[in-house]
Amino acid sequence: MTLHNDPIDLIRAKALWMRRTAFQMVFDAQLGHPGGDFSATDIIATIYFGVLRYDPTQPNMPDRDRFIMSKGHATGALYTALCAAGYFPEDWLKTYMQPRSMLNGHPNRNYLPGVETNTGPLGHGLPVATGIAIAGQITQATYRTYVLTGDGELQEGSNWEAAMTAGHRKLTNLTWIVDRNRLQQGAGTEETNGLDPLDKKFEAFGWDVQMVDGHDHAALFAALTAPTTDKPRAIIANTVKGKGVSFMENKASWHHGVPTADQLATALKELV
Amino acid sequence: MAAPALQIQGLHDCREAWAATLESLAAVDDRIVAVVNDSVGSSKLGGFQKKFPDRLINVGIAEQCMVGVGAGLANGGRIPFLSAAACFLTGRSLEQIKADVAYAGFNVKLVGQSSGVAYGELGPTHHSIEDFAWLRPLTNLTILCPADPWETAEAIRWAAIHDGPVYIRLSRMPVPDLDIAHRTFRVGKAELVRDGSDVTLIACGTTVHLAAKASDALKTEGIRARVLNMASINPLDEAAILAAASETGAIVTVEEASIRGGLGGAVAELTADNHPVPVERVGFPGFVPTGSVDWLFTEFGLTAQGIAAAARRAIGRAGK
Ligand SMILES: Cc1ncc(C[n+]2csc(CCOP(=O)(O)OP(=O)(O)O)c2C)c(N)n1
Ligand SMILES: [Mg+2]
Repeated sequence: MTLHNDPIDLIRAKALWMRRTAFQMVFDAQLGHPGGDFSATDIIATIYFGVLRYDPTQPNMPDRDRFIMSKGHATGALYTALCAAGYFPEDWLKTYMQPRSMLNGHPNRNYLPGVETNTGPLGHGLPVATGIAIAGQITQATYRTYVLTGDGELQEGSNWEAAMTAGHRKLTNLTWIVDRNRLQQGAGTEETNGLDPLDKKFEAFGWDVQMVDGHDHAALFAALTAPTTDKPRAIIANTVKGKGVSFMENKASWHHGVPTADQLATALKELV
Repeated sequence: MAAPALQIQGLHDCREAWAATLESLAAVDDRIVAVVNDSVGSSKLGGFQKKFPDRLINVGIAEQCMVGVGAGLANGGRIPFLSAAACFLTGRSLEQIKADVAYAGFNVKLVGQSSGVAYGELGPTHHSIEDFAWLRPLTNLTILCPADPWETAEAIRWAAIHDGPVYIRLSRMPVPDLDIAHRTFRVGKAELVRDGSDVTLIACGTTVHLAAKASDALKTEGIRARVLNMASINPLDEAAILAAASETGAIVTVEEASIRGGLGGAVAELTADNHPVPVERVGFPGFVPTGSVDWLFTEFGLTAQGIAAAARRAIGRAGK
């Protein structure tokens, strides 16, 4: 066992394990969303192994910090993080997508401890996270709520309704991270229905906005732990879809691509 | 969303027929436009986009907006075909479908792709088993659920000519051509797939060929099961259903949908009002566990054996 004195080292090690394990799961199931798993892995690893306060033996502890995975299709990233965080044993990962598995293609809170809400249809996480944050605000609870959305996902109007509500209510206990990989399912976000300038839009909706390299664990850690202001915080994490595997990076086709045995072997060689 | 290309001999992905038909219609009628939600690939509209780039409107991942835009395009004299995963098209945009399309009566064609449980392992958020129940009360919305490529093409052609809102429920699940000679597509009319007098199996979409297989299996036991292809869910062929009730005395409904409020619900409502007979409903009872499409079909009795067993139950309940 390796000892990690530096928190960033630990996050880096977990992220590597998550990518390797998730890609193997996608290969075994011949299903999954590896492109979006890999753009989100460093963000999720930083949250679970550097920032979030939780106890996997008490998943419903009232004062736990909450993490909402709004881009619910990236279960390879979420499930490996929950497993590494201690919510369930590693052999469960082998059941990914199998009949009656608790590891469904999209997360189900009734199946897995640590899943705060069911996601899969895009544009649901931010409104739910806003509700959790309002509950914390009116009860003066100490927990923080973190929500990760995709960028293409932001074309759903429900996000903007929640963004208005959170800005209006000054939900200082809410952090919204956008996985800004600039790709959606079939093409680039800007050619489909452009989002830029996202920072200006969030500011106009009453949010404190930070931009970071979404694969730089130290920068993510700093942004996620920065002192709160009088506004909810949005972090635009600039990422690369398929990050870490040369033939997957920035390719829309890897949104739900499945590797061949050769591609899996190549990827595992690169992910070291 | 993963779309495994199932190339099985003699079986077809009806999206091919949908896309080819829309392209041929668009070539002769420039009012036809396609509207998608980041779903060009899953709708097989890459060819349409190449041929008619200005007439493919991708609103991004925004289904409520998509349906509103559809109503607006119809107001502007276009004939919009909206194509999206059936779950998001109907579930996410239900109020837009109700108010902007059905109640307002706009000439919008809603094409629900990969309906039922076609998304298998991706789970109930991506399944569309509730769509019939959600849409059936919108009485002026025509609801069609074709069973094979020929019927898919006919439904699209009919929708393009018909002036009024239509929901066409498609699937990418591989299906065979129905073995029926001399077919005519008529909205509001059931199609006789097998004749019989002991029980009637009423099916739609991906399950019609399974009902036909069940009928063939029952024949070896001496049970003559009539099979009706009920592609038209609204309007319903009430005469054919009531004839089945009175002539065969027992009914089984089969659909890749919830057993509440869909084809089974429609048949049960009609027979309860006019000619009560036992009705067994084959479909999904609610949210299903994780599993592949094949596993889910087997687990919930959407197989020739499962349908045959339901037929025996219906006959037993009828005291025959
Ligand atoms: C309401 C809804 N519409 C459509 C989809 C289908 N879908 C799944 S993922 C995806 C693309 C998401 O793009 P983005 O938010 O950028 O995610 P990422 O690039 O991080 O994978 C789409 C269209 C969905 N899951 N939900
Ligand atoms: Mg993206």
